[in-house]
Amino acid sequence: MTTATGALRCRGVTKIWGEGTAGELLAVDNVDLDVQPGEFVVMLGPSGCGKSTLLSMVAGLELPTAGVIEADGEPVSGPGPDRCMIFQQSSLYPWLSVADNVGFGLRLRGVPKAERREVARKLLRTMGLADVLDKHPDELSGGMRQRAAIARAMAMRPRVLLMDEPFAALDVQTRAKLQNYIAQVREESGASVLFVTHSIDEAVALADRIVVFTARPGRFKAIVDVELDRPRDPRSAAYHELHDRLVDLLADEVDRAFAEQERAAR
Amino acid sequence: MSRAAEISVAVAAPQASAARRRRWWGRKAAVAAAWWVASVALFAGLWELVWAIGWAPQLLLPPPHIFLRDFSSQAKYFDTSDIGRAQAAPLVAVSTTILATLLRVLAGLSLGFAASLVTGTLIAQFRVVRGLVLPTLTLLAPISPIAWLPVSIFLFGIGNAPAVFMVFVGVYFVMTLATISQINGVSDTYLNVARTMGATRRQMFVQVVVPSILPGLLQTLRLNLFGAWMVVLLAEAVGVGSGLGQVVMLARNTFNASLVFFAMTLIGLTGYLLDMGFRQLQRRLLWWQPASTGGGR
Repeated sequence: MTTATGALRCRGVTKIWGEGTAGELLAVDNVDLDVQPGEFVVMLGPSGCGKSTLLSMVAGLELPTAGVIEADGEPVSGPGPDRCMIFQQSSLYPWLSVADNVGFGLRLRGVPKAERREVARKLLRTMGLADVLDKHPDELSGGMRQRAAIARAMAMRPRVLLMDEPFAALDVQTRAKLQNYIAQVREESGASVLFVTHSIDEAVALADRIVVFTARPGRFKAIVDVELDRPRDPRSAAYHELHDRLVDLLADEVDRAFAEQERAAR
Repeated sequence: MSRAAEISVAVAAPQASAARRRRWWGRKAAVAAAWWVASVALFAGLWELVWAIGWAPQLLLPPPHIFLRDFSSQAKYFDTSDIGRAQAAPLVAVSTTILATLLRVLAGLSLGFAASLVTGTLIAQFRVVRGLVLPTLTLLAPISPIAWLPVSIFLFGIGNAPAVFMVFVGVYFVMTLATISQINGVSDTYLNVARTMGATRRQMFVQVVVPSILPGLLQTLRLNLFGAWMVVLLAEAVGVGSGLGQVVMLARNTFNASLVFFAMTLIGLTGYLLDMGFRQLQRRLLWWQPASTGGGR
């Protein structure tokens, strides 16, 4: 076992889609980012700004066109269970029970069934999901499914959790609940989190540090340290101040992204 | 009401709803069966009527009451035991004939399914295989299995093999193309989840790709079931030496109209039961799928 800490390091990371073709698209342009062990970093930006692309590259699902990404000092050359990803869409396998879904990664490692079930039971309980072990994913609500997906990722004991707008498809109340759960999971596991969202509220509620993206091509517009006490109080003056600052930072970028989408549609 | 009684009522409630559901299904099944009987009775009744009035040729279109009347005399045509040996009992003769045909279909279907899964997977996974195999395959796919009949006899002579081969050809090409499109349609998210958890290629295939494509493949296979059932009869008629198709050919050659309709009845019933059996298999295997896509929910 290596002494994995969950540190991430990106240097000069660039991604060009369809390089050398007419539709060439610069998605991420020469970004540097460090995530400290146990840090919660939120990448905030308008849709299509390349934040999800950067996340996929950290996950190892895509390779950067240029630049290096290191996880715990090791260059990332592909996906690995030390960096578990949680997706926006429901990603539970419909042909497996909830318990088997949570134990899926452990099964890949050859962990016996009884042990997988025990791990699943414990993890689901911490996510506030008791008695769903033998249920079918389709029998769960969207919020429950996403919590089960988080439990599935945590079963791998990852040092880094990568989350790609995991709560975007949920209603506001469920979202707030799940944000509490994810803050708690981070607290208990000590894993670093790299979290993509376009919601300012979500960023302020969760982040130690917020990376604000420009509209395409994705560059960093600002990096904001969040020094609010946890749990965050959405009614505090400091919360509002930070929120307003982010609105100002994003406003131009949202306008630009919007204009570009309109142009592209024409 | 005493407390204990209240509790027992509360506990009994889910069971009561299960019983209600069972009753509802029971009623639904009874209604379906009633329509079934009515439909068949109407068809047979019209036939009998047309025949009784004399509008239908008396010898060539014998109605059900004639060709279903004497099971054992019909059954003797199904007995392919060598002359000199004791004749099999009527029921045995008929069921071994049906079973022989059924086994040929099942063998052809299983082989075709397995082979198309392998070919489709190889084509979807490897560009070289795709480039070398797919064009030829798409050229061969539209050729009717009937056109393959001489080839199957050249290759396999007379016996079980040509019939099984015909069924195989009937499903192999369609199923291979279906496998490719199903594999290409597997959700990226499903694959990425397994990848980020460190799945090997093999694990991805067995634990993600196969369950993802199974519903679509079984649905395609079921659509081709009737085709396979028709093709096997043709192969048997031409030269296997046994089976329902051979009985039909025998009836044609001896101008035995009654036997033709008797065999047709058996073919229809068996085909129907085959489809029903396949439905059940689908339901068991695809327990997570809604019934509309062949599943068991």
